[in-house]
This record gives sequence, structure tokens and C-alpha cells, in this order.
Amino acid sequence: MNWLEMVSGLREFLRDWPLLSIVTFLPAAGALLVLGARASLPGENPGFDRGVRLITLIVTIVTFIASLLAFAVFDPSDSAYQMVESTPWAFGLAYRLGVDGLAMSLILLTTFLTPLCILASWSIEKQVASYMVLFLILETLMIGVFCAQDIVLFYFFFEAGLIPMFILIGVWGGARRVYAAFKFFLYTLLGSILMLVAIVAMIAIAGTSNIEALAAYARDTGFDPNVQIWLWLAFFASFAVKLPMWPVHTWLPDAHVEAPTAASVVLAAILLKMGGYGFLRFSLPMFPDASHFFTPMMFALSVVAIVWASLVAFRQLDMKKLIAYSSVAHMGFVTLGIFSGTMLGIQGAIFQMLSHGIISGALFLCVGVVYDRMHTREIAFYGGLVHRMPVYAAVFMLFTLGNVGLPGTSGFPGEILTMVGAFQVSVWAAAGACLGVIFSAAYALTLYRKVTLGVIENPKLAGIADMEAREWITFGPLIVATLIMGLAPSLVLDFTNASAQAVASAFSGAEP
Amino acid sequence: MAISTEALIVLAPLIAAAFAGLLQKQIGDRVAMAVTTGSVGLSLALSIPIFASFVWGGGEKQVVELFKFIDVAGFSSTWSVRIDTLSAIMLVVVNTVSFLVHVYSIGYMAEDPHRARFFSYLSFFTFAMLALVTANDLLQLFFGWEGVGVASYLLIGFWYHKRSANDAAIKAFITNRVGDFGFALGIMAAFHFYGTIQYDELFAAAAAQPDLMFSAGGFETRAVELVAFLLFIGAMGKSAQFFLHVWLPDAMEGPTPVSALIHAATMVTAGVFMVCRCGSLYELAPYAAGFVTIIGATTALFAATVGLAQNDIKRVVAYSTCSQLGYMFFAAGVGAYNAAMFHLFTHAFFKALLFLGAGSVIHGLHHEQDMRYMGGVRKPMPVTWAMMTIGTLALIGFGIPGLGGFAGFYSKDAIIEAAYGSHGIGAQFAFWCGVTAALLTSFYSWRLAFMTFEGVFRPNPHAHHHDHHDDHAHAKPADGAAPAHESPWVMLAPLIVLAIGALFAGMVFAPYFLGGANDFWRHAIPFEHGEHQEFPTWVIWAPLTVTLIGFFGAVVFYLWNPGVPRRLAGGPAHTFLYNKWFFDEVYNFVFVKGARAIGDLFWKVGDQKLIDGLGPDGVAASSRFFARMVRKLQTGYVYHYSFLMLIAAVGFGAYAIFAGIGGGR
Repeated sequence: MNWLEMVSGLREFLRDWPLLSIVTFLPAAGALLVLGARASLPGENPGFDRGVRLITLIVTIVTFIASLLAFAVFDPSDSAYQMVESTPWAFGLAYRLGVDGLAMSLILLTTFLTPLCILASWSIEKQVASYMVLFLILETLMIGVFCAQDIVLFYFFFEAGLIPMFILIGVWGGARRVYAAFKFFLYTLLGSILMLVAIVAMIAIAGTSNIEALAAYARDTGFDPNVQIWLWLAFFASFAVKLPMWPVHTWLPDAHVEAPTAASVVLAAILLKMGGYGFLRFSLPMFPDASHFFTPMMFALSVVAIVWASLVAFRQLDMKKLIAYSSVAHMGFVTLGIFSGTMLGIQGAIFQMLSHGIISGALFLCVGVVYDRMHTREIAFYGGLVHRMPVYAAVFMLFTLGNVGLPGTSGFPGEILTMVGAFQVSVWAAAGACLGVIFSAAYALTLYRKVTLGVIENPKLAGIADMEAREWITFGPLIVATLIMGLAPSLVLDFTNASAQAVASAFSGAEP
Repeated sequence: MAISTEALIVLAPLIAAAFAGLLQKQIGDRVAMAVTTGSVGLSLALSIPIFASFVWGGGEKQVVELFKFIDVAGFSSTWSVRIDTLSAIMLVVVNTVSFLVHVYSIGYMAEDPHRARFFSYLSFFTFAMLALVTANDLLQLFFGWEGVGVASYLLIGFWYHKRSANDAAIKAFITNRVGDFGFALGIMAAFHFYGTIQYDELFAAAAAQPDLMFSAGGFETRAVELVAFLLFIGAMGKSAQFFLHVWLPDAMEGPTPVSALIHAATMVTAGVFMVCRCGSLYELAPYAAGFVTIIGATTALFAATVGLAQNDIKRVVAYSTCSQLGYMFFAAGVGAYNAAMFHLFTHAFFKALLFLGAGSVIHGLHHEQDMRYMGGVRKPMPVTWAMMTIGTLALIGFGIPGLGGFAGFYSKDAIIEAAYGSHGIGAQFAFWCGVTAALLTSFYSWRLAFMTFEGVFRPNPHAHHHDHHDDHAHAKPADGAAPAHESPWVMLAPLIVLAIGALFAGMVFAPYFLGGANDFWRHAIPFEHGEHQEFPTWVIWAPLTVTLIGFFGAVVFYLWNPGVPRRLAGGPAHTFLYNKWFFDEVYNFVFVKGARAIGDLFWKVGDQKLIDGLGPDGVAASSRFFARMVRKLQTGYVYHYSFLMLIAAVGFGAYAIFAGIGGGR
């Protein structure tokens, strides 16, 4: 039996399985398992913690495998939502799941990164069971965001994800965790309240909460352009904060600095992507006229974000803050690409989201490696690590270059495609964004020099140990993903092609 | 999948680099060196027949496609190995110099504890450079472009314990990125106007609609001018041209073999290669070509003036490289792409020779690089001296018109004559810059030769004495010769091979490069077989004349009357040249300090005072409420919250799954 037959046999076999529900709720089931064990085994003991870590790891790996099954069933050449599950709910709402190439790729990113996050959380000692439970719940909610095909269900997942993240930062975070968690919560909540109002209005106007039906309504009938403006702004408030865009980005550095390593990874790699996902899923296809209207503003904000955040990153004294600001800059490319409304820009934006998930995740893990050993993220504390940690230095170098957008790493295709797309619309926006190419080299390489190169001057670093096996296993998949996506980006781009095409044609259909 | 010979040429060094880099602990230095050197040797062996087929045989353009890189809405690039006259030249240049530098480094780096890493980087560089020259579209060109940039960054900063080396590495990368800013925009513009980034399609599209206009914000120009101009910004960065040259001298922080390979013979010529590759665009863009001419000519002259006043032997050669690259660019700018490529070809031999020779001297003098503390090196290092002299004669382009000469004579004279005969923008300026720079080149080259090899050894008073090996070499000879030792044969052999190139490369290949014998170019560059252009006698003899003036100048100042330069030192002219026209100081003030100040402004005033002050911190009072809430969470209630959430989520999911199996689609 050859490979193709195996795949088609597997597809046939899995056809009637509610695969998306399984992928979504497997982590939650795992959380239930952990909580059950916690309830039946009261009292602290180290063996229990080890067991919890292991169970969590296994659950997340199984989830990843389940998502790979969904991936195998998925047909990228079909632009319609696939594996749709629909169950009516009260008030005309429905429990409805389904994925297209965009959602599928983000789900894979989520399930791929979560086991690595669990591995990176091995050093957590405080309330291990609760930590793991929250992480598993968070995974369910994140996957749910990308699966949901009912706008209210989407809203539920989108907002509920805030709570475990808030607790993860507030309890397991650093010294100023309360301030950071509060800021994070306040920002994102304010944005989403407006979005809820807009969602209610949309359902009232279009008479459905089904996302596919809403998109069809927008295409065939269309929301009134004046109403679109308001709806667009309400969604913008939520997505702009989430992404984050300038000038509502200041919660991100604080949240990152205080969050435990794995929470930082999830925050940067996945939670931020919900903003980009939202723009692609709702703003462009459902409010195309308003999107056209706001394109100049979005271009301006994107370019300001790239330039501003890059220059601020250059001045940071804290490793995580620097990477957080670099995230803001990289997200600027995402919004730039999306609002170019071109195939190139949208494909580039999707690619940039996936790539940033891997690279920024890996960079936060790199910070975590030295933080676990020295318990500080202060750049000036370090220096000369390459002498003691050559393997770490090599890994950190690779991801630094990825962050710089070097061709051959996954950091490049997204940036160039978004800029090529933006160039079609505005030469100046493309030129402004292109400045980021210069600045990113400046801050990333300077950080690398300060941390790893030179000689070891701080006596506390004299005995620092290189990466151990667990850390190797954590980074290995990320290294492979970065290089494959960098050398053969077509593998990913072909997969998301149909979704991008759908968004681009919805947008260009409304050309004024 | 069968790998074709052409693909193997490019990939062999990559495989070796990965092998040596990843397994350096397991395989040890010797195996790492053998594998990397062998792989480049293999690439060289496979490249020579290809080059020969273009020179003497019937080589034809061919493109081997490997797999798809990117293909979105017509923006498409395929990993390819394009073989035509242009890339065949580059294959031979890159692999020859790279192989010789690998061999040389076995001796030069013999005592370095990180040899495996060094060789891995060298081979990686070779791969990236080969990917650059064999690209079939602008995106793979950009890939190789950035790849060699990273290799350069890693090798400049190879001795990573040195702060100066790390700073130089970052400076090189960022300056190149400034150029890449233009390059990337050039790619975008090319795609925007012509809908393709594949070379042949792009050139055809540009030729088909030469009057396509670009306009933005009241600024209007022909599209092809914009594309050609933007691409050249990239070339300025990579090839260290005026304004973006500042990184090259600092790059000398890297080990000397690196300087020879990357910062003299190959990587820095990538910009020239790119302009020649895109010659069809520059033919259509007279203003952009004029800009190329003027920048090239300015660089040729500027770098030569700075080279007059440097004391570090490697820096003199570095500025000389900068200057020679300027020649290549103004040749390309006036449309003499063949002369530009010919000079690139000959220059690779003699400049690599000079760098490796300088490395041999540095090695022989126990890492002394300052020429003020050299002298009398000829006697202890006769082979190095002889080879360096050949290199010097080739660099200054010594030769008798009508009879023959060293390699540089053919290519440099062709460039100067082409500038004289051209009616392009800036061509006459370039001619005069070229002639003047030839005078200065001769002067500083002989200055280097005399200060290093002739006269009496001048020991460095500041040198700390650390004789960890061969103490016998330090027994001070009585006759004023330097306490140096000749380098081992593994280092001298590459010098000799390069010297053969510096002697004969011009003579043998001039008919093909310049005359187009055997239809050498086969449309790889814009080239017309015309009748030989006649130049006035004075133009033909001008280069030799100024070269001799420069030579005698150096003889007077550095052999007969060495007191004169010492009296000039410290004067305003010398200070200006010694400090390289103060470019570093100005750039540091404007760009580095400027970026810091703006970064601080955005951060401390923008983010912290304005955005946070008006936004979340304005309601910070309520954070006390949150603080209480979080404290509660921490003290054990967390279970209650998470349990509630979980029940909700799981109940929701369970219902959905069971209902979904029954009622789902």
C-alpha cells in the first residue's frame, strides 16, 4: 500500500469523527484528569508533581497527534470550511466548529508549541498541578478560538483565554506581576467589550451567528457601509490590543517581563496571533468597505509600530522586554500585509504569524534557559556565555538571525511578502516598513553580543552550565521548523493559499 | 533524487560546513579541515571544466532547477543553479580563492583552538557565495547576498572574546543592511512594475516597456531607473562603496584568510557581479548608470587617498580593495561590463595574493600588523617578498602598452580607456578619478612594500614580549633584518598559485573577456563585438606614466628620505586622511547616537509618559483592588476558579461531542 492510499484510507476512516472537538477538548480532559488526581491525593509530595508534569506532557503530545490527524484529513485545495461540526444551541446560536487553511495552520502551531511549553515549565516548583491545569485549559481555549465557526462561540473562547493567562502571570510571574497582569487584563477586556456589542449588532442585522453565513451575507448583501465603520472600529479595538498595534502595545512588554517563560511563549506565539486571525476572519471579509476606508490608517499604524518598537527595543535593558518590543515590530508586518489586501500581503501576513510564533517562542525559551540558571533577565548581568555554553550560543544565534529576518530562516518569507504586497498599494509604507530590516539587525545582534560574546566578567557566570537534554529536546523541533519554513516556505504557503485567496477576493470585491 | 554536477558544486561546501560545524566535537579539527577543504576542492574541480567550456569550447547557458522556494501570485522563485558565462567566471573565482584560502588557513590557524568552527564558517560562506552567483532570480540572489553577509559577520567576529571584533562584525552587518534596504525595495519595485523577479523575464519585460513611469508623492521617474538605482544601493553596501564603505576597514578584525577570501576576492565583488548581471537594466537607465559611475569613481579616488595614510598593513590593503571595487563599478556604469568583470577576475588573484602575503608577514612577525614596526622583512621571508612583489605589480597594473604586463594592467587600462571613450553621465569624471587613483595606488602599494620589506627592522616599543614558542627566531640578526621566520609551505603554496594568476590571468584571458573571442560572453552581459576603438596615445600611456610617478614618489619618501613622511604626519592633510575623512565620527554622531536618542524618546517619553500615563496608569488606583484579588488567588482559591472554568468548559465540550456525533454534518 503506498503513501497516497494510506492517506486516503485514513481520511475515509476519520471522516465521521468529530476531530476538531477532540483536538479542542483533549487538553481540558487532561486538566480534569490532573484535578481528579489532585483531589484524590491531597498533600504535597514531589513524586506527585513529577507525575503531573508527565501527564500534562503526554496529554499535549496526544493533542498534537490528534491535530496531525485533522491535518491529514484536511484538503488544502478546498477553500470551504472543513470538518464542520454543528449542533444547535439556545437562542439561535450553535456549537459550530470548522477550519480552513488559515485556522488549521494556527491550530497546528498551537498544538506544536504547547508540549514544548510544558517541557520548558519543568522548572516550575510552585503549585505545579494548578499551573498545569491552567495551561491545559488555556490550550483548549486557544484551539477553540481558531475552530469556532459561530461568532458567539468564538467570542467565548477569545475572552475566556484571558483568564488562565491572567492567573498564570498573576501567580507565577515575577516581581511586578500584579501590575502586569492587571494591565494585560484591563487592556484586553476594554477592547473586547466593544467587540461584544458589535457582535450582537451583527447578529441582529444579518440574522445569523454562523461565521460562514455572516461572510456570505457580507458578500451577497453587505453590511451598510456606515454601519461597517462602527462595527469595524469595535472589532479593531479588540484585535489591535491583542496583536498588539501601536499605540496600545504597552501592556505587552510588561506582561512578558513578568510572565513565566512558558506563558511568555504562548502569549507571543499564539495569543497575539488571535488579533491577526480576527482581522483576517472578520474585519476584511465582513467589513470590506470599512477596511478600504481604514487602510491608510492601518498602514500608518503598522509602519509606526515597526519603526517605533524597533528603536525602543534597541534601548532595552531587560532581555524579555527587548524581545517583546521586537514582537510589536514584527506584528507591524502582519497588519501591513493584511491591509494591503493583496494575495502577497495576506499570504505574507499568515506566514509571518506562524514564523513569529516559532521564532519569538524560541527566543523567549532562550531567555528562559539562562533565567532558570541565574534568575535574572538583565542584559548587563550576562556576557561571554559562549565560553561556557557553546551549544546555547549556537541555538540563540540561529533564532537571533531568524528574528532579523535572514533568508533561509522562517523570518524572511513573511517579511518580504508583506512588503511586496504593501508596495503594490503604497511605496512609502513599504519603504517605511523596510527600515525595520535595518533596525532589527541593530537590536538583535547587539543583544546577542551583550549576552553571549566577549569574555565572562561576572563571576557568578563562571560555573553556568550548557543546555541539558530536556532543553535540547525543547529546541530541536523549533530549529527544524525554522529551517524548513525558511528554505521551503511554499509548503506552508500552498497550504494557506485558498484561505488567503478568499480573504483577498472579499476585500478586492469592495474596491471603491 | 539524482543531484546534478552543477548542484553538487553549490551544495558540497554546505554539506561539509554542516558536518564540520555540527560534529566538531566528535570528528576533531583534522577531519573538519580535511572535509571542508576537500569539499571546496571538489567544487573547484567541477567548476573548471564549466569555465573552460565557455572560454575554449561551446558552453551553453543552462539552468538546473531544484525545488520551489516561493510562489505567490506571480512572485516566484525556484532554487536554481544557473550556469552562463557570468556565473562560470564567478564559480572559478570563488572556488579557486576559497580552496586556496582553506589550504592556507591550515597553516595560518594552526594554533587556534576553534579551527573546526572556522573551517565550517569558511565553507558555509563558500556555499552562500555560490548560491548567490548561480541564482536565476533576484530572490535567490538576495538569499546568497544575506548568507554571505552572515558568514562575514560570523568570521569578522570569529575571535569573539575581542570587543573590537564583535563591534566590527555588527557594524558590517548593519551597514550591509542599509544597502539591503535598497536592494529589498528594488526587488519589490521590480516585481511591482514587471510582474516577475526571474532574470530573463525581468530583463525582457523591462526592455519591452522602457518608458513605464513610476510616480509617488510628486516624484516621478522612469520605473527602470528606480529599480536599477535601488538595486545599486544594495551593491554599495556589499561592495563597500562611498557612504557605505565604513564597515570594510573594520572588517579587518577578522582573521587574515577571511579578509583575503571575503573582503577582497569574493563577497565584496558581489555588488559588481549584481550590476553586471542586471546590465540589461542599467543599459535602459542612463541616470542610474551615471550614479553608479560617479559613486564608483569617487570611491576609487577616495579610498586611494585614505590608503596613503594608514599604518596597519591590512587596512592599506582593505582601502585598496575599496578603491579597486570603485574601478569595477565605474566600468560597469559606463557600460563596460566586460571590463568590470575582467577586473573582478584579475583582482581576485592579486588581491587575495596581497592579503595572504600580508597574513604571512603578520604570521612571521608574531601578529604585528603595524607597518611602522616592520622593515627588513625581505631577507627572512624571501618567498613571501617575491610573491608580494608580483602582487604589487599586478595591483598597480604594471605593463607596457602594446607589449604586455601583469594581470591588473589589462583590466585596469581597459577600464580607464572605456571611461575615456564613453559619453555616459560622469564618464569623464570617472576617467580623471581613475588616472589619479592609479597614481595613488602605485604610491601606497610601494609604500607598503618598502615599509614592510626594505630598510631596517623597527621593533614595536609597546609590544609585550610573549615568546611562547620558537624563541630561537628572536635572536636579533645583526644586519637590521627583522626577527621573522618564513611561513610554512602550506601557506606559501597558495601564494605561489595566486602569483601565477597575477602574472598570467590578464595575458591569457584578455582576448576573451575584452575581445569577446569564441563568443565568450554569449549574451550573459550587454556586449557588442565592435571594431577596436582607437584612443589617443596619451590616454593609452597615461596609466603607465602615473604608475611610474607613484613608484618614484614612494622610492623618494620611503627609501631615500624616510624623514619626510614623519614630518608630514600630524599635519592637517595627514590627520584628515588618517582619520578616513572622519566618516566614522560623523556617522557615529548622527546615526548611532541619533538612534539611541530617538529610542529613548519613544520609550521613556512616548510609551511611559504619554501612552501609559494617559492610559492604564491613569486608573492605577484600582490596581490595589486587583492586588487583593490576586493575593486571594494565590492563597489557594485558584483551584476553585480553575475548577469552575473547567466544569464549564468540559461540560460544554462533552455535550457538544456527544450531540455532535449524533447531529453533526
